[in-house]
Amino acid sequence: MRRWLAPCLMLLALGGCGRDDSAPRGGGFAGLGSAVGGFREVVPGVPLAFPRDHGAHEGFRIEWWYITANLIDDQMRPWGVQWTLFRSALRPEGGSGWSDPNVWMGHVALTGPHGHRHAEAFARGGIGQAGVNADPFRAWIDGWTLQARSSGAADGGCGDQGPGDGLRQLVLAVAAPGLAYELNLDACGPLVLHGEEGYSRKSGQGQASYYYSQPFLRVDGHVEHEGRRHHVRGQAWLDREWSSQPLTADQQGWDWFSLHFAQAGIGAIPEQPARNPTGHKLMVFQVRHVSGDAYRAGTWVTPDGRAVTLRADQIRLLALEHTRLANGRRVPTRWRVEVPDFGVDAEVVALEPGAWMDTTFPYWEGPVTVSGSATGVGYLEMTGY
Amino acid sequence: MQSLWLAVAALLGHWRRHPMQLVGMVAGVWLATALWTGVEALNAQARADYARASAVLEAPVRSRLVPADGRAFDHETFLQLRRKGWRVAPVLEGRLRVGETTDMAVRLVGIEPISLPAGARVAGQRLEDIDLAAFTGQPGQAWVAPDTLRRLGAQPGERPQTTDGHRLPPLMVQESLAPGIVVVDIGHAQTLLDQPGQISYFLLDTDHPTALPAELTETMRLESEEEGELQRLTDSFHLNLTALGMLAFIVGLFIVHASSGLAFEQRRGTLRIVRACGVSLRALMGALALELGILAVAGGLLGVMTGYVVAAALLPDVAASLRNLYGAEVAGHLTLSPWWWGAGMGMSLLGVLLAGLSTLMQVRGLSILALGQTHAWWSRFSVLLRHQVAAGALLVVLALMAWRVGQGLLSAFVMVAATLLAAALFLPALLNGLLAMVGRWVRRPLVQWFIADSRQQLPALSLALMALLLALSASVGVGSMTAGFERTFIQWLDQRLAADLYVTPRDTGHGLAIAAWLQAQSSPAVDAIEEQWRAETRIGANRVLMQGVGPDSRLPRSWPLLEALPDAWALLTNTSAVMLSEQLARRLQVRPGDPLDLPVAAPGRSLRVVAVYADYGNPTGHMLVPLSWLRRHFPGARLAGLAVHLRGAGTPVLAQRLQEAFALDSSGVVEQSVIRQWSIDIFDRTFAATRAMNVLTLGVAGMALLISLLALAGRRLSQLAPLWALGVRRRQMAWLSLAQTLMLASLTTMLAMPLGILLAWCLVDVVNVHAFGWRLPLYVFPGQLLMLGCMGIGVSLLAALAPAGRLWSVSPAQLLREFSRDA
Repeated sequence: MRRWLAPCLMLLALGGCGRDDSAPRGGGFAGLGSAVGGFREVVPGVPLAFPRDHGAHEGFRIEWWYITANLIDDQMRPWGVQWTLFRSALRPEGGSGWSDPNVWMGHVALTGPHGHRHAEAFARGGIGQAGVNADPFRAWIDGWTLQARSSGAADGGCGDQGPGDGLRQLVLAVAAPGLAYELNLDACGPLVLHGEEGYSRKSGQGQASYYYSQPFLRVDGHVEHEGRRHHVRGQAWLDREWSSQPLTADQQGWDWFSLHFAQAGIGAIPEQPARNPTGHKLMVFQVRHVSGDAYRAGTWVTPDGRAVTLRADQIRLLALEHTRLANGRRVPTRWRVEVPDFGVDAEVVALEPGAWMDTTFPYWEGPVTVSGSATGVGYLEMTGY
Repeated sequence: MQSLWLAVAALLGHWRRHPMQLVGMVAGVWLATALWTGVEALNAQARADYARASAVLEAPVRSRLVPADGRAFDHETFLQLRRKGWRVAPVLEGRLRVGETTDMAVRLVGIEPISLPAGARVAGQRLEDIDLAAFTGQPGQAWVAPDTLRRLGAQPGERPQTTDGHRLPPLMVQESLAPGIVVVDIGHAQTLLDQPGQISYFLLDTDHPTALPAELTETMRLESEEEGELQRLTDSFHLNLTALGMLAFIVGLFIVHASSGLAFEQRRGTLRIVRACGVSLRALMGALALELGILAVAGGLLGVMTGYVVAAALLPDVAASLRNLYGAEVAGHLTLSPWWWGAGMGMSLLGVLLAGLSTLMQVRGLSILALGQTHAWWSRFSVLLRHQVAAGALLVVLALMAWRVGQGLLSAFVMVAATLLAAALFLPALLNGLLAMVGRWVRRPLVQWFIADSRQQLPALSLALMALLLALSASVGVGSMTAGFERTFIQWLDQRLAADLYVTPRDTGHGLAIAAWLQAQSSPAVDAIEEQWRAETRIGANRVLMQGVGPDSRLPRSWPLLEALPDAWALLTNTSAVMLSEQLARRLQVRPGDPLDLPVAAPGRSLRVVAVYADYGNPTGHMLVPLSWLRRHFPGARLAGLAVHLRGAGTPVLAQRLQEAFALDSSGVVEQSVIRQWSIDIFDRTFAATRAMNVLTLGVAGMALLISLLALAGRRLSQLAPLWALGVRRRQMAWLSLAQTLMLASLTTMLAMPLGILLAWCLVDVVNVHAFGWRLPLYVFPGQLLMLGCMGIGVSLLAALAPAGRLWSVSPAQLLREFSRDA
């Protein structure tokens, strides 16, 4: 679900959305079945194939590659890292050189004991300033890259956990004003397909996307905050999603959680999340409507990589406490997350309430800690505040 | 309050009886305001367009990365910089000829909107407002100013063809874009300019790293964009216009002054009666001020409207001059802000107030009981003369100081203005002295009277004569300068354009192919081909175009040098030497013999200046360097032109064949005679506005004289009546009066000639050097002087005719009445 609006907002601002007739019409399933301004449709029953689907999907309007990582340094202080690459196509037909239809947007952030730093970049496709190769995997915008580590490099310590899907060993490198990181990511579990084998519904009105994740990434590397380098390790979650249909206008924003449980349903030690990286994972979100209703959905991921799609009535989300940010915005930074069928009744608290992404399309995104019936760490993204 | 209205009514009654005076008064305000606002309109339009031109790309940081060797960047450099954290945005710029029928040269600016730094604006548009999909897609958008659209003769949405056969993206009007510029996506620009994968320069974001990476310092330079470079360059031109406008305004105010003085003179009686009827002095002065105000508004409104018309008529010429002289694009039509209209009215009100102030002061001192005006004019006038001479002397000192000590154009203008004003202030004293001298020599009573009476007219006429002096000497000065320039320029062109045919190839390869083809021609046979290898660089803040000179170059035969070391050409081709254009040499403050450091790698950095040559009309610095040196240090130097010398006739035939063989358009192959004519046309237009302003100013001066004479004529009856009583016939008196005016005007005209030549010297030797960077030889054209002198006397004659005519037909009763008044 996540980051659904951001690319659309980007499109709107860049002149893509709304200037043609490709906005979702009506709703219901008719809207889903219709062509979207010449872009390809998201339809159920299309099997995903790897490594092909790690690459960019020409013909689809929006797409993203998303990494969030919960890390601790040698002093056991928690850190959070975000790396995102968005692709937005201005028009469905392809082209080479400057005629390439894609606009790329990169967001990077580092949250740590000293606060939150972030940066963004824009690029035009076609001349190599940004792009994604499927095999060998490489996603980049300017100098910010996520790419496959050359084979034979030291593995992250979780051994050969599955078939080579092209995302087993990655390196993530960013250098921006005030923040930098270089992290090795090793997949310690399989890829997880959301919804119906990767076909993920986004609302009750017919929006859908192709959506898969790699939530089992083990991390080791360095982060640099204001010129000071820290060795870190921890776990990361990679999301891949692409579609052509933006959300409807009456959807105000969303709250999205990706949580790594130390041990589901059983108390664990939150300070040492990396000790048990193969715990259960939970992805839940709600899309808030102007009317006050919310559309909720999620996926429960077992330690061996099985995904269970959660229905709206299986999820409860409640904002417990709001923080007034320096820029005047009021965002909920303490939540109650309940998934009773899996024994989860947890409190999710933002590590850094000021993790505001003051980018061209602003939103809140930062690391969280989980306590209660389940403990762990994770990431929270909130838009529309 | 009622008394005020009564006073106003009584005062206004005067104009009903003397409509011509009313016309004169309004005409003065009208002309002064018209010329002033006209000039200001031209300046305002040009400045607004410069501001737009520098705002085509407004980035938060006004600096850019430019290639060090004059070549273009490639995409790989762009990616490399971006990867290293330099938030750069690529821009490709070039010139393009557009239009099937109009063939207009435009500056094409190719931008990449997505990498532009946040907060940047393109043609006044915020980045968020650009329709990216439409702008970057196919067929894209080509942004143009309304003026460019008009000159292309196209409609929005049309796709004009370039001379290379490409089609521009559909035209889209951007109101705030500067004229002569077309903004497209960089992808379209690369296609249109036939420069695939090339980038002219990079714009920077606010937080870029401080130093260039070592491996890139060789290939690029961080260059801070000078703010308003165009404005600085063209300032002189506008200051020139402003000065002319100001002169016209002042001359116009002389008219107002004369008219209001005349009206006061004639209404002296009325004013006394109004005061005697019990209207307070305050009310009377209020009434007079109100009257002046009404006249100022009426004349000002007419003037501002006429100013608009004058400006609109002159603008195409001014725009052409600016384009040709400085490469500055100014729209060919006026779009003026309300501020301009307001300022015009303000100037007119202020001017009238200033000109009418003395009248108001006189009213204040008006005694109700005073009878005739047997004032001791001479004692007052001699005091005034002494003051004027003293002020004039001070101005002379100021002018000398501005000349010797001052720097820059402003001090040059201070010098000119002070000289002119000083001369104007000396004029009455000079005339008075001359007349006094002549008076001592003559013995016949009537002639003695003639001289003495002329002296008595001086106080009243001196302002009008000053106006005549200023207008005439300005005409002489500007006329000498323009004619002198034309002569110098044409001589220079003839020397400089020594080849028969000039070819502009598309690129170096194309040029070499053309040269080879030309060598193979037999009829007409090619005598020599001068290859013009060029590269661009910067010395300090100066953009410099370098041209290489090979050992077998023909330039030494024809290229005129202003100042040179002995054997300069041999030094240039054999040693590390350089020749500079006059403008560049002045800006860099170097002379032949001086060393000059160029921004290249160490050996070969320092060159010796061996000569300076004239390069009229080129705002960019120009430099001749040894060809071998140029190619070593500027591998990006390109073959920009071929100058072809032919053996025998047949230039047009060869030009035609060349065009066909290499698919060159008409601008690619040009015959010498065409370039010559084209250059002369440019310079003709450059001074068209100046000349027009001059003629108008002279007209205004004539008007001032006419009105002063009219004012005087009424007052002078009392002085003429005794003469009539002594037996001089009215007809004779009319002739005498005409002769008096002619004598004063002729003397003034004669004095205006040397003053005009002095002014011409100031213009060519001081103002020109500061304004354009070149010095002109001073020429005096006797024919021109004679013509202007006749014009000055003719204008005075015209002005004197009406008052003399009135004297011709004045009735004896009127003359008799003068005695009864004196009694």
